[in-house]
Amino acid sequence: MLVRVDDERFRSVQWSSGKSFGAISLEPSPPPLHHHHEQPPALAERSEQVPVEPASTSTPIEGSHRSSVDVAETAKFAAIAATWWDYQGPFKPLHIMNQIRISFIRSAICRHFRKDANSARPLEGLQIVDVGCGGGLLCEPLARMGGLITGIDAVEKNLGVASLHAARDPATALIKYLCTTAEQMVHEQEKFDVVIALEVIEHVADPMEFCKSLAALTKKNGIVFISTLNRSIQSFGLAIVAAEYVLGWLPQGTHNWSKFVTPEELALLMGKASLSVEEMAGMVYNPFSQKWSLSEDTSVNYIALGVNRDT
Amino acid sequence: MMKRVVMQSLVRTQRRLFFYNSSSSFTQRLQFFQSAAGFCNQSEIGNQALPPRPEEDYDVVIVGGGMVGAAVGCGLASSAMTRGLRVAMIDSSPKQPTFRKHDPNAIPDQRVSAITPATVRFFQDVGAWEGVLSARPTPFDSMQVWDYGGLGFTRYKAEDVGEPLLGYVVENSVLLAALHSCLQSVGSIETMNPAQVKSVMFPSSSNLSPIQTKEAAESNGKQDWAQIELADGRRLRTRLVVGADGGKSAVRSMAGFQTRGWQYKQTAVICTVKVEWEHTTAWQRFLPTGPFALLPMGGTFSNIVWSTSPEIAQELKSMPSVDFVVDANRALLEDYGSQPYSGLAELLSSGLGKQLFGSELGTQLLGAFTPSSAEQFQVPPRVIDCVTERLSFPLSLLHATKYVNHRVALVGDAAHTVHPLAGQGVNLGFGDALALVNTLHRGVEGGFDIGEERVLKEYENERKKTNMTMMALLDGFQKLYATDFGPLNIARAAGFNTVNLLGPLKKQIITYAMGVH
Repeated sequence: MLVRVDDERFRSVQWSSGKSFGAISLEPSPPPLHHHHEQPPALAERSEQVPVEPASTSTPIEGSHRSSVDVAETAKFAAIAATWWDYQGPFKPLHIMNQIRISFIRSAICRHFRKDANSARPLEGLQIVDVGCGGGLLCEPLARMGGLITGIDAVEKNLGVASLHAARDPATALIKYLCTTAEQMVHEQEKFDVVIALEVIEHVADPMEFCKSLAALTKKNGIVFISTLNRSIQSFGLAIVAAEYVLGWLPQGTHNWSKFVTPEELALLMGKASLSVEEMAGMVYNPFSQKWSLSEDTSVNYIALGVNRDT
Repeated sequence: MMKRVVMQSLVRTQRRLFFYNSSSSFTQRLQFFQSAAGFCNQSEIGNQALPPRPEEDYDVVIVGGGMVGAAVGCGLASSAMTRGLRVAMIDSSPKQPTFRKHDPNAIPDQRVSAITPATVRFFQDVGAWEGVLSARPTPFDSMQVWDYGGLGFTRYKAEDVGEPLLGYVVENSVLLAALHSCLQSVGSIETMNPAQVKSVMFPSSSNLSPIQTKEAAESNGKQDWAQIELADGRRLRTRLVVGADGGKSAVRSMAGFQTRGWQYKQTAVICTVKVEWEHTTAWQRFLPTGPFALLPMGGTFSNIVWSTSPEIAQELKSMPSVDFVVDANRALLEDYGSQPYSGLAELLSSGLGKQLFGSELGTQLLGAFTPSSAEQFQVPPRVIDCVTERLSFPLSLLHATKYVNHRVALVGDAAHTVHPLAGQGVNLGFGDALALVNTLHRGVEGGFDIGEERVLKEYENERKKTNMTMMALLDGFQKLYATDFGPLNIARAAGFNTVNLLGPLKKQIITYAMGVH
């Protein structure tokens, strides 16, 4: 869920050379918070049990790379990590939405790699990384479809939850969970057929660098999925006011509207990273049927698929 | 921390070696892993001297090898999405059902079902219909239901809903043999028979929060599956237990599901008879003691399903054949009032309707009539001989308050029993089987653990609505007829005539009864 990108401040929006996004273009994120005691008081209390800094892991993250986590953002999620798999709990909307995302990803992979969508394990043989995997909500279904899954996240507690849960079922027990960042994996020259970052880009400090990292993790002709929230009036109303304040689906402060990315911006970002955008779909929630469906309406949630045309 | 990292990578390596493939060999690997890792089941701790019987792991275990259980098996085996699931079917029946060679002179079994076009389609889709066809099922194209008081009747015809047939009357043994032979030919479902389930243990919940360590997760993971113990000591672990074990379902009670329902204080007597002439109508006459049904069974064979009081049923069962034939003809043709005719239809189709309603309205009303609405009441054939033993079974209405829970789903009579008056019981069961198979198909497609309640809930939501509507309909019908209260009789007759005359509504009712909505 949370992979922070850069210890530099957000640099000027390079891709805006041809097009101005006006006053609400992606803003620099606030100065990084390096230590627990700098967190907001409400979160500091919980942070004791939350190793926010990815301390001892199999892939330690050193300062030499431009990888640092946005501590405040990270702490928000660590606090609720244990409830990831309670599909009646705080992640209920994510669990419901997950189904439509998975269905899009599954069929897009089948189309791109010419796999039989009508089989039980169409992802067999494909190396897939889920960047910001959280509790493994996406990794597990993809593993059951036959994919060789690596889930990475900057929050160790999420990974604890994810790997404990995956171990419960032989069909998911082979998922590799790593506490690392996309940038670190690029540095280690890892390559995947499919790179997925769902609802992550709106949390990173530098979306451009993030896109480049995703592209760098992708094999030639491999594909990248990015989903995020559009920066629109509708998304402000639905994702922030409704979801966080009225319905209480998400903890207040989960999202920062100004960090949302419009489809045009995302297409430009991906293009700059040598990812040619081949599909884009909106995901629309129907409050009456309580179901999500794919749509052309990208005004709130949407997902994009880019193909790595670079070498 | 270092230690933990080592632990993790160790566990991961082991998993890489022993897990992963969901093919059949995975089970052995899993067992090997369990023993290699020093895990052992709690129940085994006490008697480690004896080598514990290895547990077999399945994705789905169907308890019950009857028509609905076998239908679930066939459904799972027939689709590419679910074919890879490891499925076992536990059947208490000692012998594999087999086909008899078709012989038009052979006396048909008295246990029959009237299957709807929807059920036929299901059989076609899973590849079991050829088997049924080879036994020459008896098609019926009309249905006549009437009232003992002679006040009302309705006659349904397949053409009212644009279908060539209303359905088929088939011996249950044929349906069962067709499904089992379909299972055998696909070969992917392991049938255990004869086998008895001794116990089923369900995990309490799928919730993760109490888990602290990897070891706990591993053992909790094992406990999270349902465990089945068979009478011969075999033990199975499964993601999903499908309870297809009938009205007295042991799975249902072991899952702790409540049921609602009541006995009808009625018993059905069934037998095969010879009638005067060959027919293709399902006849049903409502008597104060319960409905009497005569179904075509090919040639001049017919099947009687006679619902009546337990006392009368006992008499009917034990009396000589000759007397039974006399009583049957009375119940079907003679007792109580005269035979009804649809006076209103004639009235309307004569010029009188126009005069009564004004020409335009009259024409509109007539336009709404379907072809058979003006059809005359037909007299059913007389019964001339009873050619099989008469069997009886008590009738009840029963509905489980839940169909699913974590790791369990009920289908067919285990979830609901209905009054057999419209022959709907088994069709509802096949409808359950189809809906469950479709739900599991979507579960596999979505990468879910198919035994999770949230996957199964979809099946429950879909079927509860359909089944409860049908149960209410049939129960209401039954209640309406279990009385001899004057005004109700007239209301009932009026209801019949209205249904018979109002094309669109009648079409809806037939469509619903045929399961083709």
